[in-house]
Amino acid sequence: MLVSIVSYGLALGAVYALIGITYNVMFAGSRVFSFTAGMTGMLGGVLGALFIDRLGMPVIVGFVATLAAGAVLGIITEFLTVRPVLKSLDQHLYVLSTLAFALMIQQLTAIEWSTEPQPFPRLLPIGPGLFDQQFWLPMVACAVTILGLEWLYRRTLIGRAFLAIAEDNYAARALGLPEQRLRIASYALAGVIGTLAGFTGAEMMLAYFGNGPLLNFYGFVPVALGGMGSNRGAVVGGFALGLFQQTANFIVGGIFASVAVFVVFIVVLLVRPEGLAGAATARRV
Amino acid sequence: MKDLARSPAPVAAKGGLARLEALAPVLVLFIAGASLPLFDDAYLGVIGTRACIYWVLVSGLNLVVGFAGQIAIGWVALLTLGAYVTSVLTAGTVAPELSPYLALAIAGLFGAIFGLIVGLPALRLRTFYFAMTTLGFATIVTQVALAWKSVTGGGVGVPGPIFPWPFSSPWGFYFFCLGLALLCTWMTANIAASRFGRALVAIRDAEVAAEAVGISKPGLLVKVFLFSGAVAGVAGGLFASLQSYITPDAFTFDLSVLFFIAILIGGRGSILGPLLGTIILTALPEFAAPLVAWSTFLYAVLLLVIVLAMPGGIAEVLDFKNRRPLEQHREIRPRPELLGTLSNPGTSAGLTLKDVSLSFGGVRAVDDLALEIRAGEVHGLIGPNGSGKTTTLNVISGYYPPQHGQVLLNGRALRPRAPHTRAAQGIARTFQTPRLIGAASVLDNVMIGGSKDGRGTFVESLLALSRHRRDEAMLAQAAMTALSAVGLEQLALARSDRLQHGELRFVEIARALMLRPSFLLLDEPAAGLSVEEIKRLGDLILTISRQGTGVLLVEHHADLIFDICDRVTVLNLGKVLASGTPAEIRAHREVVNAYLGG
Repeated sequence: MLVSIVSYGLALGAVYALIGITYNVMFAGSRVFSFTAGMTGMLGGVLGALFIDRLGMPVIVGFVATLAAGAVLGIITEFLTVRPVLKSLDQHLYVLSTLAFALMIQQLTAIEWSTEPQPFPRLLPIGPGLFDQQFWLPMVACAVTILGLEWLYRRTLIGRAFLAIAEDNYAARALGLPEQRLRIASYALAGVIGTLAGFTGAEMMLAYFGNGPLLNFYGFVPVALGGMGSNRGAVVGGFALGLFQQTANFIVGGIFASVAVFVVFIVVLLVRPEGLAGAATARRV
Repeated sequence: MKDLARSPAPVAAKGGLARLEALAPVLVLFIAGASLPLFDDAYLGVIGTRACIYWVLVSGLNLVVGFAGQIAIGWVALLTLGAYVTSVLTAGTVAPELSPYLALAIAGLFGAIFGLIVGLPALRLRTFYFAMTTLGFATIVTQVALAWKSVTGGGVGVPGPIFPWPFSSPWGFYFFCLGLALLCTWMTANIAASRFGRALVAIRDAEVAAEAVGISKPGLLVKVFLFSGAVAGVAGGLFASLQSYITPDAFTFDLSVLFFIAILIGGRGSILGPLLGTIILTALPEFAAPLVAWSTFLYAVLLLVIVLAMPGGIAEVLDFKNRRPLEQHREIRPRPELLGTLSNPGTSAGLTLKDVSLSFGGVRAVDDLALEIRAGEVHGLIGPNGSGKTTTLNVISGYYPPQHGQVLLNGRALRPRAPHTRAAQGIARTFQTPRLIGAASVLDNVMIGGSKDGRGTFVESLLALSRHRRDEAMLAQAAMTALSAVGLEQLALARSDRLQHGELRFVEIARALMLRPSFLLLDEPAAGLSVEEIKRLGDLILTISRQGTGVLLVEHHADLIFDICDRVTVLNLGKVLASGTPAEIRAHREVVNAYLGG
C-alpha cells in the first residue's frame, strides 16, 4: 500500500509541479498569473485522446500535435487576455480576462468533447504494475522539463533574456530586449509545458474537462507555497502536495483529503503570505 | 460655518434630487417586478423568483467584488451551504424540525460565519491568491455535500423547505423573494452611500491613500464578508425552497460564474448595474432555449468583452451625468480664510525623527537622519532626486519601518509598519502621484479623508439610522468646506478622473485637511502647477501652518520653499547636508553647489 501511495503521489506530484512551472513561466514573462495554466493541462489529456484515439494518429504524431496546440493556445492567451490589460497591471484585470478565457476553453471542451471522463490511450507497451508507465511518464516529463529549463536559462542567450525580463522588465527593455516577442515565447513555452503535463498524466487522470479547474488549484498550491516564480519551489511543493494528498486519501478518504489540502493551503498562506520559501517583497508607495 | 452659505448647492443636490434620480430606475424595476403576476405565466414566475433570489446573493457579493474589488469567484459555495442548512433543519432528519423562517435565519448565520472564513485570506493575500482560495472552497463544499450522506443525503439529496401561507403558493413565494430583494437593494444602497461604501472603493482603487486616512482594511472587510455571507446563506435557503429538492448537482460552478459576471457586466461600484446584470443573465438563457448549453460559454465571452472593451460595465453606459463637459478654462482659487473651521484644535509639541536610517539593498536611502517639525511652522525638505525626501515621508507615515532610529510624536515613538494608525494621531499626507479614486466624485474623495470621524456603526449605515444620517451630513459639510478652502467647490460632483493633474493635488490637500491634522506632510504639491497657482498654494500652506499645523513640505520649486518655509533641511544621498532658516540655506556654499546652482 505504501508503494501505491508513493507511486501515485509522485506521479500526481509531477503533474502538479509541471502546472506550477506553467504558471511560473507565464509569470516570469509578464508578471501575470493566468487561469489558463490548468486548462492547458486538461487539454493535454483531451487533445491527446482526440488525436490518437479518435483521429487515429500515431502516438508520436499525436504527442507533437498536442504540444503544438498547447503552444498556439499560449500565444492566443497572450494576444487575447494578457497584452490588452498589461498596461493596467495594478488593476488586476488580468485575473478576469484570463479567467474568462479559461472558462471559454473549459466550456467548449465540455460541449464539443464530452462532460464524462474519457479513457486515454496507452502510449508505450510497458506495465502494468507499480512501475507502470502512467506513474513514471509524468516524472520523466517533469525531469526533462526542469533540465530543459535549466539549460535554457543558464546556457542560451534567449534563456538569459527571459531571466532579464523576469527580473526587471523596464531595465531589460532599456537594454533593447524584444520584450513583446519574449513574452509571446514564454506563453508558447508555458502552453507546451502545460500540455506535456496533461498528456503524460492523462492515463491516470483521464481525458476529462473537469481536470481544468482541479489542476488550476492543485497546480497553484505549490507555486503559492514555494514562492511565486520559483521553479524549484514549485517542484518541491508539487511532489510534497502529491504525496500529502495520496497519504490523506489513504488515511481519511478522498473527499477529506481535498479538505485537508485546502486547509493546509489556507493556513500556510495566512501565516506566511509570501510562501514557505519565498521572500517578502517591499511594497511600493 | 457662515462660509458654507456660499457653496451649499451641490450638497443639497446630492441629498435630494440626485438621490431620487439614482433611486428612480431601481424603483421602476421593482414596480415592474411587482406587476409580473399580471402576465399570469407560471414559468415567468419561476424565472422572476430565481432572479430575485440570485439578486439577494449578488447584492451582498457586489460589496465584496464591485466595491471592495476582491475577486471572489466561488460564492456559490455559500449558496450551497445556506440551501443545505435550511433544508436539513426544516426536514428534521438530524435535529428537531424547525420553522422555515428560523431555519432561514440560521442559514444566514452560517453564511455569515463561512463568508468570514472564505474571506479571511483576502485580508492578507494578493488578488489572484484570493480568487484561487474561493475557487477551492467552492469545489470542496460540493464534495462534502456529496460525501456527508447522513446529513445531506449525498447524491440523493434532501427536500427543500416550504414556507407557510401566504408564501406557500408560487406567486406568494415570489413576493416573499421580491420583498427580500428590495430589502437587500435598500441596505446595500445605504452602505454604498456611507463612509463604509466609500472606504471599500478606496481600498479597491487607492489602498495606500485609504491607509493614510486611517481606514483599516481588515476591519472593514470582515464586516462586509459577514454581511455578504449572511445574505448568500439566506439566498441559499430561498433557492432550496424554489428547487423543492436539492442535490449537489444543483450547485454547479456555472452559478458562481453567473453571480460574478453579473456584477462585472453591471459595473463595479454600482448597485443598479449589477441588478440589471443579474436580471439579464438570469432571463437570457430562458428566452433563447438553444443557448442553454452555451450559456456559461457566452457569459465567459461577455466577461472578456467587458474587461477588454468597457471595464465600467452597464453602469458607465448609464452614467449620463458625467458626460456633461466640464468648464474649460478653470482656475484654482483657494480661499484660505475658510480654513478656520477645519483647523486643528490640539496642541502638539513636535514631530521628531531621531537618527533614522533605512537602506534598500545596498542603497542607503536615509542615513542617520534627524529632523524636527514644529507645530505652526512650515518645514521645507529639499534635495536632488534620490536624496531620500519621499522615503522620509514614508517612514513618518509608517509605510517603511526604519532600520535604525525612531519617529517620535510629542516624545512618544510612532508604531512602524502601521500606516493606518497615523490618521488618528493627526498626521495627514499627500502623495507625489495623487492617489485618488478616479471613479468616485471629488466630493466623495474628500469625504474619505474624514472616515475616522464617523460615529455610526456598519449596521446603523445598513439600516440608515439617525447616526448614519448625521455622519453623512457632517462629512459632506466638512468636505465642502475643505473643497472651498482649496478652491475646487465647483467641481465637487465631477468624477475625479476628469480633473487636471494640478487639481488632483488640491483635492488631495482637501482630503488631508479633513483629518484636521496636527502635522501635514506634502509631497511635491506644486509639481505641474502654473506660477500663479503656486503662489496661491503657498498662501494656502502658510495659512494652514499658522493655524497650528506643522507642515513638512517636500518640493523642488526653490521659490516656493524660500517664500514660505520657516526652516529648511537639505538632503543629499540620504544625509542632512544643511539645515537652518531659508536665508542660511541660500547662503550655504555646499547647498548652492550641489543643488541650487549658483
